Amino acid sequence: MTDVGIIGVGIHPFGRTEGRSGIDMGIYAVREALSDCNLNWEDVQFAYGGSDASGNADTMVKQLGLSGVQFVNVKNGCATGGSALYAVASTIKAGEYDVGLAVGFDKHPRGAFNPLPEEWGLPDWYGAQGYMLTTQFFAMKIKRYMHDFNISDMSLGRISEKSFANAEHAEHAWRRSPVSFEEIMESPMVNDPLRKYMFCSPAEGGVALILASEKKAREIGAPFIKLDAAIMRTRPQGSFEVFAPSIENDIDGSATRLASQAAFDLAGIGPEDFDLAQIQDTDAGTEIIHMAENGLCADGEQEQWLAEGKTLLNGQLPINTDGGCIACGEPIGASGLRQVYENVVQLRGQAGARQVQNDPRVAYSHVYGAPGVSAVTILRK
Amino acid sequence: MDQDITGELPHLVLSEDGSYYLQGGHNEALGKYVFPLMGGDKEFFQPVPLKRQGTVWSFTVQRFRPKTPPYAGPDDFIPYLVAYVDLPGQLKVEARLVDIEEEEVEIGLPVELTVIPDINGTPGSVMHAFRPLEKRAV
Repeated sequence: MTDVGIIGVGIHPFGRTEGRSGIDMGIYAVREALSDCNLNWEDVQFAYGGSDASGNADTMVKQLGLSGVQFVNVKNGCATGGSALYAVASTIKAGEYDVGLAVGFDKHPRGAFNPLPEEWGLPDWYGAQGYMLTTQFFAMKIKRYMHDFNISDMSLGRISEKSFANAEHAEHAWRRSPVSFEEIMESPMVNDPLRKYMFCSPAEGGVALILASEKKAREIGAPFIKLDAAIMRTRPQGSFEVFAPSIENDIDGSATRLASQAAFDLAGIGPEDFDLAQIQDTDAGTEIIHMAENGLCADGEQEQWLAEGKTLLNGQLPINTDGGCIACGEPIGASGLRQVYENVVQLRGQAGARQVQNDPRVAYSHVYGAPGVSAVTILRK
Repeated sequence: MDQDITGELPHLVLSEDGSYYLQGGHNEALGKYVFPLMGGDKEFFQPVPLKRQGTVWSFTVQRFRPKTPPYAGPDDFIPYLVAYVDLPGQLKVEARLVDIEEEEVEIGLPVELTVIPDINGTPGSVMHAFRPLEKRAV
């Protein structure tokens, strides 16, 4: 099979941009990505893209150019970007095309998401009675996790402190002012034990990635960051995932564990080889849980890791180097691709003041969302 | 063969002795339980009354008003306790916790099923919740 990699990246800043639609942010990101690798829209042979709540990606051909390009819309919840990336990579690996686009974008209203039960296979009363909240699930998952593995509230605060500190140096991040540990720990409680500054917010943004075969990348002289694995998984039996009116007694496995293991198997490398990682941090608690679910550390080790600063920019394994969802916000369709964007920038050594030192060579990304889906990638230069 | 996979089954059932129980589904061969029992589950799961007593497995306080839709509660919002209650040998169900202050709740607390007036305000309509065992009215 042909090797596939990322040759061009583009991003529309995350956060709030009044007067600009979600799809326009997608278009902005596509133009940035094309310019990044000196290609024209007509050079793109096929595309996969999507948003969760901001319309059909394929309509962007009107602005980008009516080249007749094959453009497939993807709607896969929080895994939308990851699924688009998987489809583009697989098509190039199969040898069908040389150059493809993966694009994701979204623009969400302020406040928590308000998903409707019938769209998620749940009875109406589940939403009506006030259970259908992602924040509630994440709070109860970390509450139990902290109980089982002796994780303190201090660790939650350290995650958020790191996110805001990293985001200060990321041009595409939303919240770029550092927030002190004390301010985080004194911010209002939202869903105990999680406080205001420990949550990400629904936001706006767009990300585009141009992928190509290694041969094509050489032809056009574009920098090639190899995509060793792009994997998406749904939840297994017995997992504890978002929007669960009940959980089985024997909790075992998760969509994240399945996806990460499949990626390690495919790439033939594991967490010990990673130089940095972007993992889903819907809130500070999920970053802690996902450190273990992705195999980056063992359950319970997070307390010591965070106390020692192992996941800081200058630590042993920097995590969420651009501030993650906590500082960038979460436009669902774009969020997973932002992680890949950040990894490409880091591997190219173009991350400026947030650059991970010592020439990072392998980078991991992981997105997670309702109703128990996960998409991961491994990039290598 | 006709197959009704769309019908919604009640998740809260009033039994003949006047008490309520949560209705789940049970697959004996697999030893698996589900809650709620949805129309599409009926092929694999038999309706079964879930246990009325269990322990708090995890909990949180919902401190902001969920958006409407889907939330059907009143505009005036009072934070509420939510828990996963471990029903031994069956499964863990998500439910409100009532008759207890948030600082009194801890993982492992014994609780039992109760009903409270439905927050949608429909007269006579109730919804399920759990309350501490020791606070049971005699």
